[in-house]
Amino acid sequence: MPLFSEDGRVRLHEYQAKALLARRGLTVPPGLVAPTPAAVYAAAAALGGDEWVLKAQIHAGARGKAGGIRRVGRAALGGAIGDLLGRRLVTAQTGPLGQPVHHLLVERPVAAAGELYIACALDRGSGRRLILASATGGVDIESGAPPLSVAVDPLAGLQAYEGRALARRLGLTGRLIERFAKIAVTLAETATASDALLVEINPLMVSADDQLIVADAKIEIDDNALFRQAELSALRDPRQGDEKDEAAHAKGLQYIALDGDIGCLVNGAGLAMATMDLIALAGGKPANFLDVGGGTTAAKVAEALELVMDDARVKAVFVNIFGGIVRCDLIAEGLLQAAARLHRPLPIVVRLVGTRQDEGLALLAQSGLPIDVTADLAQAAGLAVRRAQEAA
Amino acid sequence: MSVLVNRHTRVLCQGFTGRQATFHCEQALLYGTNVVGGVTPGKGGSRHLDRPVFDTVGEAVAATGADASVIYVPAPAAADAILEAASAGIKLVVCITEGIPVGDMMRVKALLPPTTRLIGPNCPGIITPDECKIGIMPGVIHKPGSVGIVSRSGTLTYEAVQQTTVTGLGQTTCIGIGGDPIHGLTFVDCLRLFAGDPATRAILMVGEIGGGEEEEAAAFIAQEVDKPVVAYIAGVTAPPGRRMGHAGAVIAGARGTAAAKKAALAAAGVTVVDSPADMGRAVVERLERR
Repeated sequence: MPLFSEDGRVRLHEYQAKALLARRGLTVPPGLVAPTPAAVYAAAAALGGDEWVLKAQIHAGARGKAGGIRRVGRAALGGAIGDLLGRRLVTAQTGPLGQPVHHLLVERPVAAAGELYIACALDRGSGRRLILASATGGVDIESGAPPLSVAVDPLAGLQAYEGRALARRLGLTGRLIERFAKIAVTLAETATASDALLVEINPLMVSADDQLIVADAKIEIDDNALFRQAELSALRDPRQGDEKDEAAHAKGLQYIALDGDIGCLVNGAGLAMATMDLIALAGGKPANFLDVGGGTTAAKVAEALELVMDDARVKAVFVNIFGGIVRCDLIAEGLLQAAARLHRPLPIVVRLVGTRQDEGLALLAQSGLPIDVTADLAQAAGLAVRRAQEAA
Repeated sequence: MSVLVNRHTRVLCQGFTGRQATFHCEQALLYGTNVVGGVTPGKGGSRHLDRPVFDTVGEAVAATGADASVIYVPAPAAADAILEAASAGIKLVVCITEGIPVGDMMRVKALLPPTTRLIGPNCPGIITPDECKIGIMPGVIHKPGSVGIVSRSGTLTYEAVQQTTVTGLGQTTCIGIGGDPIHGLTFVDCLRLFAGDPATRAILMVGEIGGGEEEEAAAFIAQEVDKPVVAYIAGVTAPPGRRMGHAGAVIAGARGTAAAKKAALAAAGVTVVDSPADMGRAVVERLERR
């Protein structure tokens, strides 16, 4: 089940999003992507001119304010490459470690007479996509007035006249009306065809001769639709994600690292969040969110336990499984096998409920390992916090 | 009494012969659910779990008089299965399948006739204890009684159920509405059903962070529900997450946080518990206070 709104999405890099939009007829600045310093120089030469914009390709915004976008001449090219390529870029939208920069997008500068904002995003309330637009684009879109919106019919798509009406509401005139409407329709089409949950152009630059140019673009694809989006699926860049999150993802586990010291292993996203809440109420701090799936198996629990315990910060582990139909004795066996394989004798508190729970709890209690067992939820959380404090 | 399903509900299963469907339909039959048959395209005319198998929902409805359907069809074909059930006149469609593309659910939402109620997708299902179990929940933790339960979660729902069973109250009906961004019945839909059910003396709702449905539920409760309501919202300690796009942040606004949901519900007279271990106890206390 979805936990955080940004999960369940494959993010495209700016250069990939621009390529997708260019293929659908939108105008993007002349540019080339480069993975090495030599490739950056080659790209600059191929693009011509004597000034370029180097843009760090990471899965986070606020790059400009963080120095991740540099407008440079020939003399400063080498310095800018050294500052960005192969480094990690920290922005207001990344964690403290930042995101690795493996590619630079090299573009010719575009002269802008104005900036707009346009996006196609999911509105879960109405179950439709919305086209969102604002006459003031740029980095401060969130702090400005809320954007105007028009709903996209899920069956018929956005009509051109709806795009023109939106353009007028934005105050656009003359040739910009038709041009803006075409972009709005294209965004809706792209989102539908690509199973994108977000297609955003910010800013959409207005040139002196009334051209609309995609100056920056962001696209996020619905994970659940990757089975029919083979081309986009291949664009997933696991290096932009947390290493552990990605390793868990590959095993079919939902893992998100947090900053506490109690490792959590839970079946079901709702119960996993509730478990984090319980730990906090008992005075502790969870080291992670981990959902092994509602109808879990012994093998999955074992894999998950290894993942949780393979974190030096973890002082105690809280396993909370509401087995239901899943047999608790099998879950207990999986836990024991994994615990025996691991070298860290961490205290583990196990709360197991469901079919054959007494057999499962007995197996764990008799194992000789530092495992506390209980069927009571609040008691289990309290125990986990105490064990972590004792071990600290 | 109960809502939506009871011992007379005639249940059809789509994706009947698959592994998951087979397991959960066996459990449902053991529970006493009136499973009248199933649908697997290409296997019509055969029998499975001693019930007839049909190629289409239309044929199945004609032959069995089914009025509810449970869907275990794999995600790529699940949206189509929902629409097929609706077109065959099924009044209650319960979709267990997880991982359905959002784009497919947009189409379902646009095409679903108002005469068909959809529960889910990505949900545990619906159960009226000792009468009808449609879904993947463990039947044994339920007990006929007086609390209506509605939840966005799976295993956390079982937690709520067990607590109301242990405290002796039992349940009228439990509905898992599912955790997907676009889904069928909402909290408000279910609250309206429970409010109108004479046997339901109290309502327990289990929400979580994200979206705005709990806030809408709060507004509805303030206006139209005079039964005691207890709520727990999971995810108070969840971090705000890595940022999403500007557009998403703009749409979400201040809505969606656990604090906002809890405040809205409390203002509507709902007893909001901080600990998920206190759900059952809080319902008992609200009923005693009456």
